[in-house]
Order: sequence, then C-alpha cells, then structure tokens
Amino acid sequence: MGQYGIGQPVRRKEDVRLLTGKGRYTDDIHFDGQLWAAFFRSPHAHAKINAIHSQAALSVPGVRHVFTGDDLRQGGMKPIVADINFTDRAGNKMFKPLRHILPSDRACYVGEPLVMVLGDSPEAARAGAEVIDIDFETLPNVTSTAKAASPHAYVIHPEHGSNVAVHWENSASDEVDALIAAAPHKVKIHLVNNRLIVAPMEPRCAVATYDETQDLITLYSPTQGVRPAQVSFAGLLGIDKKKLRVISLDVGGGFGIRSKRYPETAAVAWAAKQIKRPVKWRGDRSETFVSDHHGRDQVNDAIMGLDQNGRVIALRVETIVNVGAYSGDNGPRLPIDGGGRIIPCGYDIEKFYFSVKPVYTNTVPTDTYRGAGRPEANFIMERLMDAAAQECGLTRDEIRRRNLIPLSKMPYRTQMNFVYDSGDFIGTMDKTLELADWNGFAVRRKESEKRGKLRGIGLASFVEQAGGRPTEEMRVKIDANGRATVFAGTFSHGQGHETVYAQMVNDYLGIDFDEIDFVQGDTDTTPPGGVGTFGSRSSMMGGVAIRRSCGQIIVKGKKIAAHLLQADPDTVIYENGLFRVGVSSITIQEVARAASDPAKLPEGLKPGLDESNLFEREPDMNNFPNGCHICEVEVDPDLGTIQIVKYTALDDCGVVLNPLIVHGQVYGGVAQGIGQALTEDAVYDEESGQLLTGSFMDYGMPRAHHLSMIEAHFTDDQPCKTNDLGVKGAGEAGACGAPPAFVSAVCDALSPYGIQHIDMPLTPERVWSAIAQAKAHQAA
Amino acid sequence: MNITLTVNGQTLTRDVAPYLLLADFLRDELRLTGTHVGCDTTQCGCCIIHLNEKAVKSCTMLAVQADGAQLTTIEGLARADGTLHPVQEAFRDHHGLQCGFCTPGMVMMGADIVRRLPGADEETIRHQLEGNICRCTGYQGIVEAIMDASSQAKAS
Repeated sequence: MGQYGIGQPVRRKEDVRLLTGKGRYTDDIHFDGQLWAAFFRSPHAHAKINAIHSQAALSVPGVRHVFTGDDLRQGGMKPIVADINFTDRAGNKMFKPLRHILPSDRACYVGEPLVMVLGDSPEAARAGAEVIDIDFETLPNVTSTAKAASPHAYVIHPEHGSNVAVHWENSASDEVDALIAAAPHKVKIHLVNNRLIVAPMEPRCAVATYDETQDLITLYSPTQGVRPAQVSFAGLLGIDKKKLRVISLDVGGGFGIRSKRYPETAAVAWAAKQIKRPVKWRGDRSETFVSDHHGRDQVNDAIMGLDQNGRVIALRVETIVNVGAYSGDNGPRLPIDGGGRIIPCGYDIEKFYFSVKPVYTNTVPTDTYRGAGRPEANFIMERLMDAAAQECGLTRDEIRRRNLIPLSKMPYRTQMNFVYDSGDFIGTMDKTLELADWNGFAVRRKESEKRGKLRGIGLASFVEQAGGRPTEEMRVKIDANGRATVFAGTFSHGQGHETVYAQMVNDYLGIDFDEIDFVQGDTDTTPPGGVGTFGSRSSMMGGVAIRRSCGQIIVKGKKIAAHLLQADPDTVIYENGLFRVGVSSITIQEVARAASDPAKLPEGLKPGLDESNLFEREPDMNNFPNGCHICEVEVDPDLGTIQIVKYTALDDCGVVLNPLIVHGQVYGGVAQGIGQALTEDAVYDEESGQLLTGSFMDYGMPRAHHLSMIEAHFTDDQPCKTNDLGVKGAGEAGACGAPPAFVSAVCDALSPYGIQHIDMPLTPERVWSAIAQAKAHQAA
Repeated sequence: MNITLTVNGQTLTRDVAPYLLLADFLRDELRLTGTHVGCDTTQCGCCIIHLNEKAVKSCTMLAVQADGAQLTTIEGLARADGTLHPVQEAFRDHHGLQCGFCTPGMVMMGADIVRRLPGADEETIRHQLEGNICRCTGYQGIVEAIMDASSQAKAS
C-alpha cells in the first residue's frame, strides 16, 4: 500500500478547485434566454383558496407567464404520493393525504408554494409574485406535535378524522407493562426532540432546459443521487424517465434533504418543457427555510424497569413524530424504521414495547436529517440510562457497563431481527473514559469553580445503523492509455469520494492517484443501478462495488495478460498493477492498451477494460457504527451560558479509508448534534402557525465559538464482518453521540441544583430558568 | 449607473442598476461565481471578498458602493502562476472544506484574519469567525488551517 492507498490521510483531489472559486454549483450556470421563476407562497398556516388572480402579476414589466397548479395538472403534473405504508396492529393502513404541487384548493403550511411566476429577470419574477392576489379563507391550524395527537385537536385533513396517520406498535404492550409494574426500579422520562432546519449552506436551486427535437428535459439541481431523482421527477411529470436527464453539479451539503420530490423543482422542470425555454429558480435562504424538509420533531415518553442490580428488565417507548402537512417519503419512517430498528440501541434489552404516532400538522413536512431516526432513538436510551443511574444509585458508566451488549454476545440478533456483526460497546466506553480522563474530572471541576463556573462531564454510548438502500452500482474503466475513470452511482456532496475512490483504485489496480478520474451526478453517465449518498452508505455500498469492479478488471486482465504472454490464464498472478507469469510480467497499462486492440485479444473476449458491478447487499449485511462520546462543559450559573471545554470521541467505523476525511465526518456530525442541543430550534407560533425562526437571524446555527476542538479517535479492532472492506458508516455517528453527551454534561454541571433534564436546545434562558426554579424549590 | 472598479487586478467599467447587490454583480454580471450567496440576512459569510484590503460581505453592499474600489475575490487570491495563498494551502492540509460552499468566504475571512492577527490563538480565531457559518466541517479543520497560516505569518 503506497502513500495514496486505502487508510492513508491523502489530501483531497477536490480541494484546489473548490479553494480557488472554480466549483460549479447549480446557481453558477446560466442559459441564454432563460426565464427566472419566483413562487407566491402561502402566508397562512391553513387556508382555503377561493380564487387566484394573476392579472396584476401579468402586468408587471418583465413578467412572461403565471402558472397555477391547475395549469400544471392540466399539463400532466401528478400529485406526490408518499412511498410509505405502515399499518397498525389491526391492519388499518396509514393515512396519506395527497400532496398536490401548487395546490389550488387549500394551503396547508406557511410557505407552501401556490403560484409560479416567470420573468425576464429575478427582480421581475419576484415583483410579479408579490402582486399575485389570492382570495383566502383562513382555517384553524395546529402546529404543536403533542397537541396534534390529542383526540380534541383540530383535524387538519378532515377526510381522515384524526391528525394521527396511524398508531404503529411493534407488539402488544401487556407483557412489558406488567414487567415494568413489577420492577424494583422504574425511571420515567418525557423528551422533546426539537425540530430543526437542516440548512446546508447552498440554498436550493433548479435550472431546467428543454430540447424539442429530442423531447428531453434536462434538470440541474442539487441532489444526493441523480438516478432516484430522475425516477421521482419523471413520475411527477408523467413522462418516461428517458425523457428526463438529471444533473447535479457541485452540491453544497445535503444531510438528507436533497433528493426529495420538491414542488418547486418539479414545477421548474415542467415549465421548461411547457414554454420551451430554459427556466431557473434560485431559492432564497428564507424560502428554503419554508420549503426544504425540516428535521427531527418528536415527543417521546419512555419508562424503563430495572432489577435490584440495575439491569433493565423491560422498556416502553411512546413516540409522537410531527410529519408536517403532508408525508414525505420518510417522515413516519424515521422513528418506526430508522429509530425503531435500532432501539434499544447498544443495550441488551429483550422486552420492549414501542409505539409511534406520526401526526399531521400545518408545518413544513419533516424528513431525513443526518441520522434519520437514529439520533432520536439514541437520545431516548441515553437519557433513560442517566435517569436509571440516578434511580439505582450507580454511576453513569456503571449502569451502562451492566446493560450494554457485551462482546461475548456478538454477533447479536436484535428483537427487530437485525444482527450486530461486531462492536465492543463496553470496551469502547472504557477506552473513552480513559482517553477523556474521566477519573481526573473532580480536579478540573474544582478549578472551574474557582473561576465561578459549574463544570460538568457527560457520557453517551450509541449504536446506529448505516447502509440505506441495499443496491448500488459503480463502474471502473481503464482507457488505452492506462488512465482510469470511476463512474459512481453514489454522489459525493462533501464527503471526498473523488479522493477515497481514487485511493481504492490506486490500491487495487496500482494506477497512479493522479491518473484516476471521477465522474458522478449525470444520468447520462451514472451507472443505471446507481442510487446515491445518504445513510452513511457510500463506503460500504460504493466501496464494495468498486472493489468488485476492480476484481472483475483483474479477472479480465489476467485473460489478456495470459494471451499476450502465451500462458495459461490460471497461472497468471496479479499484484500491484503487474500481471506476472513466472519471471515475465506485463503492466496493467500494457494490458489496457492491448484491451483496445481486438487483434491482441483472445478469442471471444470483448475489447476494453471497463467493468461495472451492481452490488446487492443481503438483508443481514447491514453495518452498525457505534461509539462513545464524552463532553465537558462549563456553565455560567448567572447567565445560563454554556461553553464546551473538552470533547472526546471514540468511534467504531470499522476500517477507516481516509483518516482526514473520516475525522471530518465526525467533527461535522458532532457540530450538528451540538447545534441541536445548544443553539438550534425551529419554532412555530402556536396561534398563527407562522414559522418564527424564519432566517439565520432567528435560527441559531452553531458558530465556531460554540465548539471546542474535538479529540476524535477510532477503534482499529472491530472491522465490519459483513462486507468485503470491513467498513462501517461514519457520517451520522456524531449526530447520535453529541446531543446526549452534551445534555448529560450540562445536567452533571447543574447537579448541585438537582436538575435532571433540560429539553434541547439548552439556551441560556432555559438553563437560567431551570436554575432559578430549582433555587426557588430548594428555598421552599 | 456607471461604476469603475478593479477586480482581481483588472479595471473595468459597467452600467449597473442602483439596487444591484455587489454579490450579484460579481456572480451574474462578471460571472465570477466563486463568491457564493448562502443567506439573505448577512449571517453566513459565504459572500466575503476583500474590498480595499478589508474583508467585506458583498451581499450587504450595493455594486454602486464599490465604485472606485479595489476588489479581490476568491478567484484572485492565488497567484497568477497558480501558487496558492498560504490560507488556501493550509485549508488543503487541514481538511478545512468538505462541500466547498462556505469555503470562498471562509478563505477570504481567513486571509483577512491572518493579515490582521498573525499568531492568533484558537479562541481568537473562533470568535473572528462569528460571521461565517459552515454546516459540514464543524469548523475544526477551518480553525486549524487559520491557526497554522496565522502562526506562519507571525514567524515570517
């Protein structure tokens, strides 16, 4: 393995381009003659639409077209039907309201796009959108997650009779309830998992062109995988997918919200074909706040029963998840499948009851956001364990030591029928305690006290599941000059695939790092079985497919080498770019050159050194990243402000392909987790249904000064046993570990006041109020 | 309105609408798309350029306000022969970027910090970056990169 091989901290190929302003994001492209799109969005959380008047808009100079949803539907646009089906235990199916693109009858959330205006300039389009006049009849609205689930709540989709889409349960609850009732120790918690704005730094943008001679729409938009987007949008437009080319250029962050069926993107693609001109929509940040899917937003009630030794006997978790006004493809899936398949995470608990009620509200639909159900599930378990430690008189690490699945039980089949193939959860926790100098904390606490600060230390153990969809296709081609190209079905939007895949090809085929090119993000060249990047899947899915493609190249290369060396193919040995028979050898470059010349090939072998692999993962081939994070904070008791002063992470990502990049994924995931726990909250006004946190002015994105340096370590003795590379995902672990580690630390800092929990985000106001209340209580 | 300004060493004159933002002028008129727009409330810093040697958020200025000014955008930071600015090089070494969208603004702000505060410590740099938002990196690689470049600047 050379300096550019697997496992090396190779600097990224992507960087020079991006550092010198040569990145190409969707808003960077213009087409001659393009019209600009702007959308009139609902100012009401819930309202009937009685009439739409476009006259004034059409009279604005520069405005060329005004399209309502009725125009789109007459032009073939289909409604969005969520691709989920859950049933309750009686077999009743989940209710899914139809979501029309630019609805003409009813607006269901503030920001819902209702009318599209096309103009010669962005200013003209916007000016036109501003004078769209709609006769609204406002209706009552509900935005609160907990309230929407109540039987007395206003029902936003009257045809269903309830806001609850379905009452999903994993089983009957009698056994678990009885066990908990009889348990010597019980802990009960109520959690709010706060709604978040995902906010990747590139605001969403869509550009569409139409080629009349080919009847082909080309859609440029940030996605996390062009092939599923092609299928989705072709379906909405009612056209054959061959008539829609999807291109994602450089994408400025994804975090789970990119590849969705967004109305604006569909409308832009439709319009280009309708008017036979290029159409461009550039979203404002404030627009994306009310149009990109939101994340999280759950209310969890959990009870755990433990025995005299602090061993969990049974667990009951009830979750309400706020789906938003309509179900996206994932909203309800996140607690049920995402969280549900992982609860009770790393703990050896056999008896548990899990209930989920997805509810509809007049809010932006929620969907996958970094971790997609697993951060929420881990947060429940970790808060329960901290509470159990208190209840049973054990330390926070000891209660976990007694309940984490021990190494001796690996591989471990969970109640949801998944198999944890590997992972030393207790060993990892113990190592992290050492790395973080857990035992030396008391000294540091005293030092902070001298400066008037309350210091706390928090611990979180987590397990999450990576892999996402079970198929992926990658293609590796070596041209006649020995230059390699990787055609990826995955889609890098910050993860450095151009670099990591090149490291792999360098390692497997001995081709120079600088002689390896990378192609992604265009349905014309992306392998047909390509899926994309989400759910921390690319190292396993893309990686295994590349490895197998390279393996196929070696097999074919041996046949060509054997022919050239006039030897039996079975005697050819391949190693590091050389095909060897005895003392004779041929380089892979020479094989590649020969491969392009039919005269040099054995009988029946097609020319070219160009292999694709469609990797289909077996059902048991998931991978389970896991780890332990320890956070130390200082709280100013007079102001309620919190500063992170130390953060230690030990992550089990299996085999690490590029330490620089994997470290970066941990840092980024932790930062988003800290964002949720410390500064971020998407807040709706309960009366009006308005999104109060409508821009970066009011929505607390974490800044550099909110974080400390993260000491990130990786295990090196727990390779994944279920894939060729031994990799586990790395992208979402931080989002699972950080919130509970942080909250645990703050509660530890505030333990003199007897504070057991504060809901996220732990703003200065919430911390200060909790202290004030505790003081008043103690005085009384 | 006619404006004359120097951008990355080239002097040019253009007729612009009075309401045109400097960021949009750079991106749409001059096709210098390296400067990015990430928000509409001056929070995110993706649009930071150097105007008369100071870091400035180009989304919060009108193009007409740049009349007579000397601008450097991300495209003009490296040398003509391709040699990267020390801050750009440091970002490469320390994995200071992932998706690259906040990067132009981060690098321009970083170059400004290094110029004003050679040898700056971690806490200072974190606070100097209050006007820049990154969603991918957790800021760690960025802070390390700027610390590195800043300490190099102090040493030289």
